[in-house]
Amino acid sequence: MTGGVFDILLTLLALPLAFGFVRLVRGPSLPDRVVALDFITAVAVAAAGVWAIITSNPVFLDVAMVLALISFVGTVAFARYLERRGRR
Amino acid sequence: MTALIIAALGIGLMVIAGIGLFRMPDLLTRMHASSKAGTLGAILVLAAVAIHFGDTAIVVRVVVVCVFLLITAPIASHVIARAAYRTGVPLSPETVIDELAETAEPPQGDDSVR
Repeated sequence: MTGGVFDILLTLLALPLAFGFVRLVRGPSLPDRVVALDFITAVAVAAAGVWAIITSNPVFLDVAMVLALISFVGTVAFARYLERRGRR
Repeated sequence: MTALIIAALGIGLMVIAGIGLFRMPDLLTRMHASSKAGTLGAILVLAAVAIHFGDTAIVVRVVVVCVFLLITAPIASHVIARAAYRTGVPLSPETVIDELAETAEPPQGDDSVR
């Protein structure tokens, strides 16, 4: 019974995903896009959590962990790239 | 049931963060919405996972992910905000005060960096 409700929650997650995607496309600056990408990864972490509950498979928790790690490294790398490019 | 309520709260926060990211006027206010509400939303959903399974190994893993998120989210937003300010991303016209402009070097860069 709860599986169906969690399906609804997973569908609701499409809303922040769409908002993040619109921000990613519209910009207007490159840091805006980086922030949007970071937020989309946070949504993906939440989606992995909900999917772990729906399938009763805790393996998706590792997916969430790796996604959080990749997102942090990517954001920091983008920030360094931005600063180097700006100083030139 | 508890897991369901907490997951619903977390996803509600994610939706609020998404609306903030979509509607706020400039980069810093957008980050204000997405980094705090987004991180708390993800943490609440992960907490719901821990409650749903109730297994020690999973709870430990969830705590590790949550601590990692709590450590890295402020670092990532700080680094991005600093890079954006230094490369001269414009602030919202409604900005009241910009104390960094008086102390630090003026924002560098031009239109080509955006």
